[in-house]
Order: sequence, then C-alpha cells, then structure tokens
Amino acid sequence: MRFVLVGTSHHHAPVELRERVALDPAQGAALAARLAAGGGEAVCLSTCNRTELYVAAVDVDAAERAAVAALAELEPEVEPALYRLRDHAAALHLFRVAAGLDSLVPGEGEILGQVRTAHEAGTTGALLDRVFRQAVHAGRKVRAQTAIGETPASVSSAAAALAEQVFGDLEGRSILLVGAGKISEQAARNLLSRRAEIAFVANRSLDHAADLAERFGAEPLPLDRLEQQLASADVVVSSTSAPGYVLDAATVERALRVRRGRQLLLIDLAVPRDLDPAIHDLAGCYLYDIDDLEAIVAETLAGRRGETERAEAIVAAESEKFHEWQASLEIAPAIASLRARAEEIRAAELRKAEGLLGRLDESQRNAVEAMTAQIVNKLLHLPTVRMKQAAAAADGVIYADAVRHLFGLGEDER
Amino acid sequence: MAELLFWPALLCYGEAAVGYFGYVRRAGAAGRAAIWGVRLGWLAQTALLAVQATREDGFPWGTWAGSLNLFVWLVVTVYLGVRRPYRLVGLAVMPLAAALLIVSRAGGGTGVGARSHYSNLFLVLHVGLVLAAFAGFTLAAALSAFYLWQERRLKRREVTILRRQAPSLATLDRLASRAVMFSLPALTLGLAVGLVRLFADGERVDALVAATVVTWLVWAAYLVLRVTRGWTGRRGAYVALVGFALVIVIRLALPATHFA
Repeated sequence: MRFVLVGTSHHHAPVELRERVALDPAQGAALAARLAAGGGEAVCLSTCNRTELYVAAVDVDAAERAAVAALAELEPEVEPALYRLRDHAAALHLFRVAAGLDSLVPGEGEILGQVRTAHEAGTTGALLDRVFRQAVHAGRKVRAQTAIGETPASVSSAAAALAEQVFGDLEGRSILLVGAGKISEQAARNLLSRRAEIAFVANRSLDHAADLAERFGAEPLPLDRLEQQLASADVVVSSTSAPGYVLDAATVERALRVRRGRQLLLIDLAVPRDLDPAIHDLAGCYLYDIDDLEAIVAETLAGRRGETERAEAIVAAESEKFHEWQASLEIAPAIASLRARAEEIRAAELRKAEGLLGRLDESQRNAVEAMTAQIVNKLLHLPTVRMKQAAAAADGVIYADAVRHLFGLGEDER
Repeated sequence: MAELLFWPALLCYGEAAVGYFGYVRRAGAAGRAAIWGVRLGWLAQTALLAVQATREDGFPWGTWAGSLNLFVWLVVTVYLGVRRPYRLVGLAVMPLAAALLIVSRAGGGTGVGARSHYSNLFLVLHVGLVLAAFAGFTLAAALSAFYLWQERRLKRREVTILRRQAPSLATLDRLASRAVMFSLPALTLGLAVGLVRLFADGERVDALVAATVVTWLVWAAYLVLRVTRGWTGRRGAYVALVGFALVIVIRLALPATHFA
C-alpha cells in the first residue's frame, strides 16, 4: 500500500480560493471516510491556510484521482492550484506542516494540534496512522529542540510576553485598558489567556467602556479617573484615538508615590501616541509604543527564521526514518517468504532422512535439528540484512523481486 | 597528589564562566557546556575538600585561604540548586568562583596539611554559619546583578528582549530577597558565636569583626527598607551589591587580621 497527498495551501492559492475548499471537522471526517471506502485510508487536514487530503490505497493512482475529484467537486477552479505528492515526499511535507515550517509564521504552534485532530478524525490504518503519529512526534521534537516557537509573532502577544518579562506569572495581575476599541480588546485577550485580570476599562465614552468592561468582568471608568486606578494597576494598555497624550509623566509620577516600588508596564498601541514618552524615564516604569513592539516582533520572527535550518534537519531525519519504515513494508513479505521456504526445505530434508535419524538417541537428534537450523539461519542472515539495507534505497523493490524470482517464491505471497 | 584536584575544579569553573558568556550571545550548546563545567568542577572541588577533611586532624578550613576554598564550594553548591531559568546567574557566580579559587590557592587554602589551632566545634559553627551566610549573600547579589541587567534591557527597549528571555524582574527580586532572608539569620548566629568566643578570650574587636558587623547592618537594612519603605527592585539591588562588596572585602581582608 502507498499513499498520496493532494491539496492546496497559502503558497498556491489565495484566500478566496482556499475558503471555497475549506472543510469543517465533520465535513473533513466524512470526506475522509468516503475516500477510504473499499479498504483504503484517508485523512483530511483543513485549516485556514490549507486543505490537504492524505489517501492510502493499493492503487495509488486511483486514490489520487479520487482525491483530486473530491476537491474539484468543492470548487472546480482549485485544480490548477493543487499539489500532488507521494510517499516519502508527502511524509516530508506533512512533517514540515506539523513542525510549523510550512506556516505563514514559521513555527506557529496551532498547526500541531490541527494535525493531531485531523489524524483522530480520519479513517486510518497502519500506514496513515504511522505517518501522522510520526508527524506529531516530529512537530513536538522541533518545538522541544529549537527555539522556533518560543517567541511571540504579533504585537499583542509581544505585549503580553513583555508583561511576563516584568512580572513573571501574570495570574491575578491587574490590567487597565485605556480605550475600548478592537486593538485594546485584542491585547486584553492575549493577557487574559495568560491569566491576567482585566480590572478597569477607561474610555472617553463611558458607554463603550461599559460594553467592553462587561465582556471582561471589569470596571468601566471615564478617562478623568485614570490617575486613581494607576495606583493599583500592573499593566496599562492604551489605544485611544485621542489627538494628544491621555496620560502624562507628571500624573504617573504622582501615582508612583503610592505604589511602594511596584513596577508598572505601559503599552501604547495608539497612533498618535496616548502616553507621554517621558513616563519611560520614571523609576519602575517601562513604556513601549507600537514601534518598539513591532521592532521586537520583527526580531523574534528573524530569530524564528534562523531556527528553521535546525528544524528542517530534524524534520528531514524523521522523514528518513519514516521512509525506511515504509520501505521495510515492501521487503518484509519477501524476507518472510524466503525464510518460510528455507524452513520448509529443511523440514522436508529431515523427514527424508527419518530412517537414518531413527537410530540416533534424542540428544543426537536434537543436535542434528539445531545444526540444520543453524545452517539455514547462517545462509539467510546476510541476504536478509542486505535486503533490509536495500529497502531504504530506491532499488529495494528490485531486490525483493529478484529474491522472489531466484527462489521461486509464489506471486500470492507478495 | 590530592592537591592536583584543584586544577580540574579551576578548569571546569573557568570553562563554565566562559560558557555563560557564550550563552548570552546564543543559547544552546554553550549553556549546556557551562552547566556541565559547574557540575564537574563542583565534583572535583568536593573531592578536594573531602581529601582535606580526611587528612586533617582539626578543622581543615581554619585558615583564611582554606575558608575561602570552602566559601567557593558553598557558593557553587547554592548555585547548583538554582533551577534552569535562573542558570544565567552563573554569568556572575562562576567567574567569581574561579577567581576566588585562585586566590585561595595562592594563600595555600587548597593544599593538604595546614593545621588549625581552634577547636572543631567552634569553627564548624562560626566559620560554617558565616560562610553559608556569605554564600547566600553571593547568590542574592548575583540575582540582583541579574535584575539590574534585565531592567537595563527593558529600559533600553532591546529588540532581543523576547528572543533571549531572562527570568522576570519580579522573580529575580523575590528570589534575591529570599536568599537574604535565609542568610541573615545564619550570619547573625555565626557572628554571635564568634563574638561570644572573642569576649570569652578577652580579645578585642578587630577590623574584620567590625567590617562583618557593618555587613550585617547593610543586609539587615536591605530587608528593613524593603518592608518599611518599599525599596524593592533597582534600589534593593543596589543595596545588595553594596552588601556583597563588603562580603568580598571581608573575604580578602581575612589574612591581615583574623588569622594573623
């Protein structure tokens, strides 16, 4: 059995096309089951960046045609944007996908979970089960042995990571949002995912502040009450559309007097800026504006790209292991047939010599049994090893066919 | 022959110090080489101390140089207990350990055969407690130096701040204060035992004892100011470095006074 991958991704198709072949988990599972009907195997991996069908079958050409037809059924225009890979190349591609090396942001972590979910929802047997398990293993290994996924890839996640650099664990840390727009909300969600607490939402319009505050279980504030809450907040995230500074250094300095040395991180996501840059010069205050954060993100992304070389090496090694395993599947029946044939001949020859052996006592008979078995094992040892070695190379199947031909092993044993 | 154990210990500590500098530039192999340097160096030094302990009649680290040897070992032992994210503290600890080990050897503290005229119990209590406290202060100072370095990166808005992540300011500050909280009682007790002995023998307070009392005051002030005036963070870190400077002065002032 062999397997084929048919799919499209952000490298080959624009989002308008990808969205037409995107499948939700239930649709993906149903399509996989349909493609696997008749003893095959299939997995559908559909994310916002890709839709890929992995199909294993005895007739791999027919499996490929069926996969192409299934995607073309969803959107006929997708066909020119489809890539088709088989066996080793398909496995290498899947391992790169699981490791985040084929993602828009190298090393992004979400894809590993999506590969695992696709595997669980698929209709798998020995081949696809093995390749997906090994893909998840490769993805984990890349994340454990390289720094590819350790750094943030967006401004809002960089802001949250900066907060961790100042405060460590963010659990229970108090966040003050200034501005109730989408950018504030996005930054707040990132901080919330790290267990911080959105305590206050301050905005020029109290109604808007109340809307956002309600979603986060926070207290809405008018902007003129900012100073009072600065005393208790740990992180201030600001993104209003105000033309001037919403918070000046003198106000923050007054608030610092009651903070007893506690640090304050201020994130200014607004353009024009909301927070007076002089705040950064105050002891215990760290102010980062949008340019600072974008520079940090650019650097972390450069770092991720620097790690891709090591990640690619890990993925290539894992894919090689899979290739060896898959090749051994081809050669294993030939080896088993050869050994069975040898054993058959040995047993037959021993039966022929029954008249002579009958005169021997039990220990002598055992010695003859052991000796003949040893001769067969020694004769077959080297061919077996050589066939296993050849299995990983392109001529592995030729070796297997040659052995079948030379030893007259039946076609039915293949 | 046993004295030769000094060399692998020094070599490994030196390698660890260099390794940590490499680690700052790029995480990975340099960091692993550094921690293995610390481990192997510590084993060699432990073996050296064990040989010294078995071959001596009295307390083997009663000389200033011998106590410096023990002090280095205590500092590295405390450092080995530090968990992975804080291993970069080694950047401050290991060069110091290597340098002090060389000073200890120059003073004959790593040899076998020196003899103390003090009783064992007194020295174990006095020297042991004071050196344990100093080892704790060294760790607190290293954490404080680490704090100042990390704070400087945040203030300078270094773009690599998230690529080469260090422990958070809050964590470094908390760990440093904990190290002081454990070390100050040890110094208090060690100092008290020494003073009792001093007055019982009718001797006068020497420069070293006076400097140790000042050191005690500085570290006590570190805790008091922290609680009463909110001197955490940068200000606390500076106080810790002053306290540590006094520890170093005391360690290097020993031959001139206490052991004369």
